[in-house]
Amino acid sequence: MTRTILDPTGERSVAERARLARPDSLGGLTVGLLDISKPRGDVFLDRLEERLVGVGANVKRYRKPTFAKPAPVDLRHEIATECQVVIEALAD
Amino acid sequence: MTASPPPLPDGLVIVVKDECATCQTVVPVLAQLRDSTSLTVYTQDDPSFPHGLDPQHDADLAVSWHHDIETVPTVIRVIDGVEVERTVGWHRDEWERVTGVAGLGPDLPAMRPGCGSMSVDPDLVDQLAVRFGATMLASRRIEVADAEDDIEMMFTRGWSDGLPVVPPTEERVMRMLTGTARPPADIVATVPPDLVEISVEKVAIAAVMAGCLPEYLPWVLTAVEAACTDEFNMHGLLATTMPVGPVIVCSGPGTRAIGMNSGGNALGQGNRANSTIGRALQLVVRNVGGGRPGEVDRATHGGPAKVGFCFAENEAESPYGTLAAEHGIEPGTDAITLFAGEGPRCVVDQLSREPDSLARSLAVALQAVHHPKLVMAFDAILVMGPEHARVFSDAGWGRDEIIAGITAHLQRPGPELVRGADGMAEGLPEAFGEVPSLPKFRDGGLMLTYAGGGAGLFSEIIGGWVNGDTGSKPVTRAVTY
Repeated sequence: MTRTILDPTGERSVAERARLARPDSLGGLTVGLLDISKPRGDVFLDRLEERLVGVGANVKRYRKPTFAKPAPVDLRHEIATECQVVIEALAD
Repeated sequence: MTASPPPLPDGLVIVVKDECATCQTVVPVLAQLRDSTSLTVYTQDDPSFPHGLDPQHDADLAVSWHHDIETVPTVIRVIDGVEVERTVGWHRDEWERVTGVAGLGPDLPAMRPGCGSMSVDPDLVDQLAVRFGATMLASRRIEVADAEDDIEMMFTRGWSDGLPVVPPTEERVMRMLTGTARPPADIVATVPPDLVEISVEKVAIAAVMAGCLPEYLPWVLTAVEAACTDEFNMHGLLATTMPVGPVIVCSGPGTRAIGMNSGGNALGQGNRANSTIGRALQLVVRNVGGGRPGEVDRATHGGPAKVGFCFAENEAESPYGTLAAEHGIEPGTDAITLFAGEGPRCVVDQLSREPDSLARSLAVALQAVHHPKLVMAFDAILVMGPEHARVFSDAGWGRDEIIAGITAHLQRPGPELVRGADGMAEGLPEAFGEVPSLPKFRDGGLMLTYAGGGAGLFSEIIGGWVNGDTGSKPVTRAVTY
């Protein structure tokens, strides 16, 4: 006999968005560097900033209030409106 | 399926069944009423009963189910399609009052109790709930093929935590929903990591799968609400590499009403409520929130609270009150405390008979939570059983004295805690070397509960995760029924 059960999932339909095309060059672009506030993430990002500035990128720095929670929506919006590229640093 | 209740005709409506002796008894009364009123008789079983009264056969029991007939005979007076009053069984005075007809059944005894309605027959009630009530369930229906094994199919789809789950059929979910007064469509919370809104119905489905009884559902609903708060930070708890999950400490008389274990082996196996309430929460996180190991869940080792870790505190016998009361819940109120915790570890002290000696033992064990040189970053729950608690209560120590007595031995000088001290690279940043003394726990970070039973001069420590605004705060909430 056929049995029927109820779907235990959230049944959400996932919105799929195409990725932006990879830029040919970072020259003149604004690159956001997001520090998730883990120890020594800044060491990694400082070095990245030197390299990025060296290839002509403008760098903006951001920091999550705590690595233990998702980035606040305002911070995500700020990065999205101010930058063309973002690099998130996970470090310990 | 019937979406809306069948209307009742105006006048008198009487529901009977042939199998009921009281219904047989009142047949002459029905004949009396037919002559003087507008009467409709519904019969639940024999379509021709009672003979000569032109009964309507409630073959699918739609009338009986929708109009909450629990006893036959039931007499209902209907005006303009609306029930104005009813009586059940045979009671002459009541029948005369409801029908407005005097001199009913002069040869009958004054009263006779009725019989159970077929619509509440235990063998039928679940089927009827599905037949007439399942339209209120919004979840997608999934057919399991004849040759498919239900439980294997649920493993295959990835809906299991690694143990078999109970298939959430419409019957089981409808039965689970009887455990709460909340409508199935009510939104309970937004579940991380996918931030999906969850309804009471979806929580009920997870509760069925976990093996809960309907009376556990309010506890599961409250746990889901508490887990999905910003303070508790379920997303962070999933994503962390540390071995922590939501530990659920249940308090209040309701823990005994649903048969939870707060005594011997309270943190162990063998009690259905303890074993399934926490599991239901984790199935919600997995199946609705999308939090699965190897994906957003990045735990290095994991721990028991990722499967389900739930127990009751023994408020009835606790010499120092409850953890829930410590967090502001009125004693006697059903409540849960969610704590981001790892598996429990035992503290053995079989020799201390003086409170300060035992406080020192507990303190030295608590120093080890995550690392003896890391302080104030993690909370802990101390689960004390009867034999350790007695050492304190015999000496007149209450909750505050116990916490203060242990805390007094949890101070260490900054120079012992900094990186490199004692030949260990791990430790606090060097600046803390200037601080003369640091506590192991922040204020309120050492919590106390009472559970366990029988013999054993032991306590259990449940270590926490990153605490406060940066991580997770314990969340205590009254249970919503």
